[in-house]
Amino acid sequence: MTRFNAWNVFKNGFTGQKNWDRQWRDPEPKKEYDIIIVGGGLHGLATAYYLAKNHNKKKIAVLEKGWIGGGNAGRNTTIVRSNYMMPGNHEFYEHSLKLWENLSHDLNYNVMFSQRAHVSLFHSPSARDGAARRYNVMRLHGTDAELWDLETLKKKIPHLNYDDARFPIMGAAVQRRAGNARHDSAVWGYARAADSLGVDILQNCEVTGVTRNQSNIESLETSRGSIKAKKVGFAVAGHTSVLWQMAELGNLPIETHKLQAFVTESIKPLLDHVVVYGVGGAHFYISQSDKGSMVFGGDLDWYKSYAQRGNLPIVQDSAEAAMAIMPFLGRVRLLRHWAGVMDMSMDGSFFICKTPLSNLYLNAGWNYGGFKASPASGWYFADLIANEQPHKHIQNHNLERFEKGINIDERGAGPDPKLHG
Amino acid sequence: MSVVLVQIQSCTVDMIRIKCPYCGERDHSEFSYGGDASIKYPALDASESEWTEAIFFRENIRGIQKETWHHTNGCRLWLEVERSTITHEIKSVKPCHPQIETITKNKL
Repeated sequence: MTRFNAWNVFKNGFTGQKNWDRQWRDPEPKKEYDIIIVGGGLHGLATAYYLAKNHNKKKIAVLEKGWIGGGNAGRNTTIVRSNYMMPGNHEFYEHSLKLWENLSHDLNYNVMFSQRAHVSLFHSPSARDGAARRYNVMRLHGTDAELWDLETLKKKIPHLNYDDARFPIMGAAVQRRAGNARHDSAVWGYARAADSLGVDILQNCEVTGVTRNQSNIESLETSRGSIKAKKVGFAVAGHTSVLWQMAELGNLPIETHKLQAFVTESIKPLLDHVVVYGVGGAHFYISQSDKGSMVFGGDLDWYKSYAQRGNLPIVQDSAEAAMAIMPFLGRVRLLRHWAGVMDMSMDGSFFICKTPLSNLYLNAGWNYGGFKASPASGWYFADLIANEQPHKHIQNHNLERFEKGINIDERGAGPDPKLHG
Repeated sequence: MSVVLVQIQSCTVDMIRIKCPYCGERDHSEFSYGGDASIKYPALDASESEWTEAIFFRENIRGIQKETWHHTNGCRLWLEVERSTITHEIKSVKPCHPQIETITKNKL
């Protein structure tokens, strides 16, 4: 693997930049691996990378049914933040944010992480108090957090609708270290880095069956043949239930829902921050990509679905939400919109845990928040697979937490997956 | 040509149309999605694990599932709908409460 650095760019300049190695190999599946990660998204690839890097594991394969970057890695709105409050969650997401801060150097791949600040608007005194509580908890745990009053907010983002918004803007809760990253770069960077540590990335390799005995998985049947594995990790959020039932393991505290995202035509620099708000039913987040497009999203489509395309009422809702605080977007044309399917869990928090089978490990239930979580997700999932012991930050992120009554419900919405936005 | 037609048809179901037995066929935006209609709650004195299973665990079917919808901006009936979670195609719609079915039939 040729490293990306100034000298190599200079050297390859003599040959028209045509002699770079391919980013990752395209190997034939071996008959057996020590560890197989099912799912070549950000979480699966990050897991494989940290298994190889942190735990010095060999003979690892990542199975991907499509191509790298073609699933939810290419369907998110690229926001990275760590404004979580529940024990376990804030340590986890703060660790993830710290990994993002150094990810480009770590992977030798520019993930374009831009700490442009995550500005969460509030629209009522009680919402301000709620935000103050949450952001004070963050500060107590060493995460950066601040409240902007209306004057500060107007100075920072002067062009929001402060005059006649349906819900008047009163200020914002802000995390300055939060921001965006480039989704393709992140997933390609992990793939390239994992591959250079010897991980086999097997694309077009769909798991079609799971061969197991009473207590563990023996092999995975795939579209590229049967592959034996000593340990198996599932990281297929969106389709976790499908794979789980293939292994005859019954039900999960997960429903699959779809979430839409929208991209407008490119315009000149307009918005320097990630701006978010939630009022009543509406929920909205927007940022501007490096290409100039406005990237935004809103709520789920509200009904369970595995279809990777969105419905029309949410297009209207999201457009209305955009217009409510940024009326100047009214003449900007929408270029594309799409939907990704996601594991919505019963309390809005994720699972990185052991399973009823001794050599199967589960990484699932990422709700809306899988993109920002992916570095820490890979980090702790690799730790679990290598050490057979959950790290203390994720010790309650398991399937047993519901029966024990220790739900990790950030939003306090109760056991209804579609409400955990 | 036929392949193209099939693709176009499968894209036209972005707005689901639900045939409410009382009001007729309407856009799904008139309705609120309830959830899985196949859940059976155990007896009150059943074990904690049975209750955990009923409240928190779902089959999460990829295919045709039974689910509830509430005609919030219509007759406010709760409906039991059989719908594909892959194509969104609806197989059947009936009121959740069987007695209401006879009442609506008499009305209609």
